[in-house]
Amino acid sequence: MPPPLANTTPDAPLLDPDDPWRGQSRLSAVAEFVAPILLALCGLVTVLTTLGILAVLVVQSVEFFAAAGIGVGDFLFGLELRPGARPPRFGVLPLVWGTFLIAFGASCVALPIGLLSAIYLSEYAPRGVRAVLKPTLELLAGVPSIVYGYLALLLVTPALKAALEPLGLRVDHFNAVSACLVVGMMIVPSVSSLSEDVLSAVPQGLREAAYGLGATKFEVSTRIVLPAGLSGVAAAFILAVGRAVGETMAVVLAAGTMARFTLNPLTSVETMTTYIIQVVGGEASYGSPKYLSLFAVGLTLFAITLALNVLSNLVLRRYREVYR
Amino acid sequence: MSATLAPPPAAASDASADEPALQTRALRVWYGASLALRDVDLDVPRHRITALIGPSGCGKSTLLRCFNRMNDLVPDARVEGDVRFDGVSIVGPKVDAVTLRRRVGMVFQKPNPFPKSIYNNIAWGARINGYRGDMDELVERSLRRAALWDEVREKLHRSGLDLSGGQQQRLCIARTLAVEPEVILMDEPCSALDPISTARVEDLMEDLKDDYTIVIVTHNMQQARRVSDVTACLMPDVEAGGGRRTGVLVEVSPTDVLFTNPVDPRTEAYITGRVG
Repeated sequence: MPPPLANTTPDAPLLDPDDPWRGQSRLSAVAEFVAPILLALCGLVTVLTTLGILAVLVVQSVEFFAAAGIGVGDFLFGLELRPGARPPRFGVLPLVWGTFLIAFGASCVALPIGLLSAIYLSEYAPRGVRAVLKPTLELLAGVPSIVYGYLALLLVTPALKAALEPLGLRVDHFNAVSACLVVGMMIVPSVSSLSEDVLSAVPQGLREAAYGLGATKFEVSTRIVLPAGLSGVAAAFILAVGRAVGETMAVVLAAGTMARFTLNPLTSVETMTTYIIQVVGGEASYGSPKYLSLFAVGLTLFAITLALNVLSNLVLRRYREVYR
Repeated sequence: MSATLAPPPAAASDASADEPALQTRALRVWYGASLALRDVDLDVPRHRITALIGPSGCGKSTLLRCFNRMNDLVPDARVEGDVRFDGVSIVGPKVDAVTLRRRVGMVFQKPNPFPKSIYNNIAWGARINGYRGDMDELVERSLRRAALWDEVREKLHRSGLDLSGGQQQRLCIARTLAVEPEVILMDEPCSALDPISTARVEDLMEDLKDDYTIVIVTHNMQQARRVSDVTACLMPDVEAGGGRRTGVLVEVSPTDVLFTNPVDPRTEAYITGRVG
């Protein structure tokens, strides 16, 4: 058995006044104690905000269902939204349809433009061009969404009218197509910037391997780099769709506020967000079923965007596992 | 810009067995303003294994990448002088680098299989090059040639990334063989592998040299001694590059001569471990 260790309690004070090494300052000890608490509190703010929003939405939605005297099923699967009718109808599906229409249309614009520009930036653009183009593209994301709304109202819709009305197609002043176009342009930076990050992160070794086999640049880009980064691109895309779903100002200015099922995108539609704007801005009295309905719509919207974000994260995690 | 080589090639396809597979004359490679490789005159014999040795930063990989125009992928790289493959110059904008790379295959330092199935790793190169034959047969033949078939025959549709490092490197060799190149360039192919996997790759190289011209860059002088027939030693020439390291070719000899009786004192210093 080894001998017991000697008692090492120092006789002299630890700090020798002549020692040039003074050890940690007292301030740093305080910082070491305070910093994690402060940082944790800041982190908690976002979590608490989310939980708070969720709580308000849930409580008010419950109140709405009680006040309107309808069930959750009537709300989620109701085909009519007529809060002013007698009895009022609170079916959310027309809003879901409008939201879907705008998100789908915007995707049709944003996916090809965003993806192709990402491929250009990551694979083709010379360094100088890329250094200019990428920040410019990201600047597009900084334009306030109401500006896109004006763009739709003052530029896109008149252009659509000029182009389509001679063909005998009636274009409403507020219509879904111009909303799709501007919202699509608006989310292009989200798609392209994130996709470009993902494509650039594809290991250079894969590109070299493909070139070494006699591949052309186009083959390397589309058949090696893009498939390798596909789940990342998908995640970027889902995230961008989430933005389109939640977009309000551009949509309200471009597409108006007419809740209905229509396959004709040249007429006005209403999305969940624009419904909320309309109700808040309208004369619905506080506590009335119409007023409360906006919380139920908000909760539905929250669930949809949350689902899209979770989906995007799941897809992105799978992508990261490929190159662990 | 091209130095003339004597005798001029009458027809590329008639390349005789004695003619070097690859030649460089007065080869210089620049990366931006820094000279990476200076005045390299090298003949790479056909159906032999040629090793490029030398300390880090001496331009071995840069030289290797001149043989399949891989330096094209580096934005500010510039190649001067002449490089010939089967007697035909492969320097300059008129050369079809894509076609060249199919005939001069490459295996890289880090095993880099595509994130695709083992089968598709092999078939990919053949597909993009318009191979119209029996793909299953080509995949099996390539994997057998790379001594990997018995280990993967049951799992051809599993991801290539599921294999061990040594298996991945042999998969990359099989992938290169599948497009039927004449030359195989290997850039430190064993530096990421354990000794057993290294031995397997070296056995494979020995086996392949009857049909292919192989050029291997290696840091491992024992490996150069074991596998190569000819060894070229490159050294960084610090003074000439204005502080930057510029690689020069100091000696090319049959491997047994170079390692036992080197002519250049710099080679001797390097192989005895006094430099690098």
